[in-house]
Amino acid sequence: MSRLTQWVYGWLLLLPAMALLALFTHYPALANLWHSFQSTPKGGQPAVFVGLENYQQLVDDPIFWQALSNNLWYAIGTIPVSMALALLMAVWVNDRIPGRGILRLAFFTPTILPMIAVANIWLFFYTPEYGLLEQFTGAFGLPSHNWLGSKSTALGALMVVTVWKEAGFFMIFYLAALQSMSPHLGDAAAIEGASRWYFFRRVTWPLLMPTTLFVLVNAVINAFRLVDHIVVMTRGGPDNATELLLFYIYEIGFRFWDSAYAAALTMVLLGILGIVALAQFFFLERKVHYQ
Amino acid sequence: MSATLNVYEPRGVGRVLETAGAWVLGVLWILPLLYAFWTAFHSPEFSTRLSLTAPLTLANFVTAWHAAPFARYFLNTVLLVSMVLAAQLVLTTLAAYALARFEFPGRNVLFALVLVQLMVMPDVLIVENYRTMAALGLKDTIAGIGLPYMASAFGIFLLRQTFKGVPRELDEAARVEGCTPLQVLWKVYVPLARPTYLAYALVSVSYHWNNFLWPLIITNSVEARPVTVGLQVFSSTDQGIDWSIITAATLLTTAPLLVAFLLFQRQFVQSFMRAGIR
Repeated sequence: MSRLTQWVYGWLLLLPAMALLALFTHYPALANLWHSFQSTPKGGQPAVFVGLENYQQLVDDPIFWQALSNNLWYAIGTIPVSMALALLMAVWVNDRIPGRGILRLAFFTPTILPMIAVANIWLFFYTPEYGLLEQFTGAFGLPSHNWLGSKSTALGALMVVTVWKEAGFFMIFYLAALQSMSPHLGDAAAIEGASRWYFFRRVTWPLLMPTTLFVLVNAVINAFRLVDHIVVMTRGGPDNATELLLFYIYEIGFRFWDSAYAAALTMVLLGILGIVALAQFFFLERKVHYQ
Repeated sequence: MSATLNVYEPRGVGRVLETAGAWVLGVLWILPLLYAFWTAFHSPEFSTRLSLTAPLTLANFVTAWHAAPFARYFLNTVLLVSMVLAAQLVLTTLAAYALARFEFPGRNVLFALVLVQLMVMPDVLIVENYRTMAALGLKDTIAGIGLPYMASAFGIFLLRQTFKGVPRELDEAARVEGCTPLQVLWKVYVPLARPTYLAYALVSVSYHWNNFLWPLIITNSVEARPVTVGLQVFSSTDQGIDWSIITAATLLTTAPLLVAFLLFQRQFVQSFMRAGIR
């Protein structure tokens, strides 16, 4: 094939996908930046350039800061726990313990369910007086507590749901990595007299590093991307205690219809994702060998 | 799965402790689901009283099914999922083929532009994409829900990896036989990438069956809503707090995926694995 034919084929084959990506990823990201410097068109008034006004509003908005800090706590609270549980689950169901197949199923099933269905199930689970949790704590004589209705426990209660949903998903990746490891490594270490813990710390864990980093990136993205359960369970309440960034964007953009301010908020979210992308590029690419 | 004996598998007391730990965690993990099943299959007075003699009933499912147009919601979801998957398969195959096997100026830049979508997903560009859909007149349509997802960076990446693993000799042999590049793609690459397609299809179907926020924003009529949004509308407005019926509706909307998963567990798990290792 001549060089020119190669060029033409390459471009034409890529064109349909590239056109859609440009329309729904690249253009909106840039348009979002532009709209964040404009006012929201209202009534007959067209949008006008307002410079950094939307960002000034953002800096002065206590709910934005709360959403941001909630989201950071939410990430810090859910990511290490779900990853540690995922690793533990993977190690357990990789060993030949009784009921291994059923356990794998039990751990993985929440992953298949839609977050919205999960949220409905847990909403009932947490219901004051009727829910299973209340019946359980009630049986021990503990006072009734509205887990989702009080400021101090609402975000924590949501984190539990997230950990429950994600741990099984991350387990799969650890399980795949464990299964691809050569059993000869264990044999060799055993001959050298290494303890089980020593073997895990010095051989298994380093070999799992690419998986851990891959899971970490996905976990961070999910912590900022998935807010379906907020819509069902708390709507950001009580008193903004469970307001997360994307949910706040949704509220500003589609309940208050302030698209300009929502654009400024979106820029913050894009900035966070950009930082994740850069971190991945600089730290991960050196350790994980993509082809 | 592995038949080889692992020397570091626990023995004796360690094995008992490990098994016990795994089972405690397993029970904790399945408990909310079992509870949901209990509530859905019993009449409301038993939803908070666990009694082995409680009679099973399907009444909650019947009530839920008739209380909202779930049949229509299911149809919408099936249309959405199959439309998105069909488009994804075609678009990602062509793009991945170009990136894997053709030399052209700008290839690396274009590949980098594709990868941007791995981080900046349509899920976070809701404000601008809503504007675009309004301009295109696609608000409140199934196409409007699916369009932003049809060119999938994840799919392109996954298939490009697979295509790069195809031996060049096969490609060249087919060309010597007189195949055009598209025939080579269809006769050599696509058949060899079948496991990747299966993996990608399962991940894509479960993603779009479960997707919620964007469909919630872009639809507002029964004719376009997928089941996830239908379930939310149903449980937040119509039902007050009749948990038996809400739980029945929840299980109803997830049933097809759950049944498919239970039947094809191994394929699901392996597909998610395959999609993750890249």
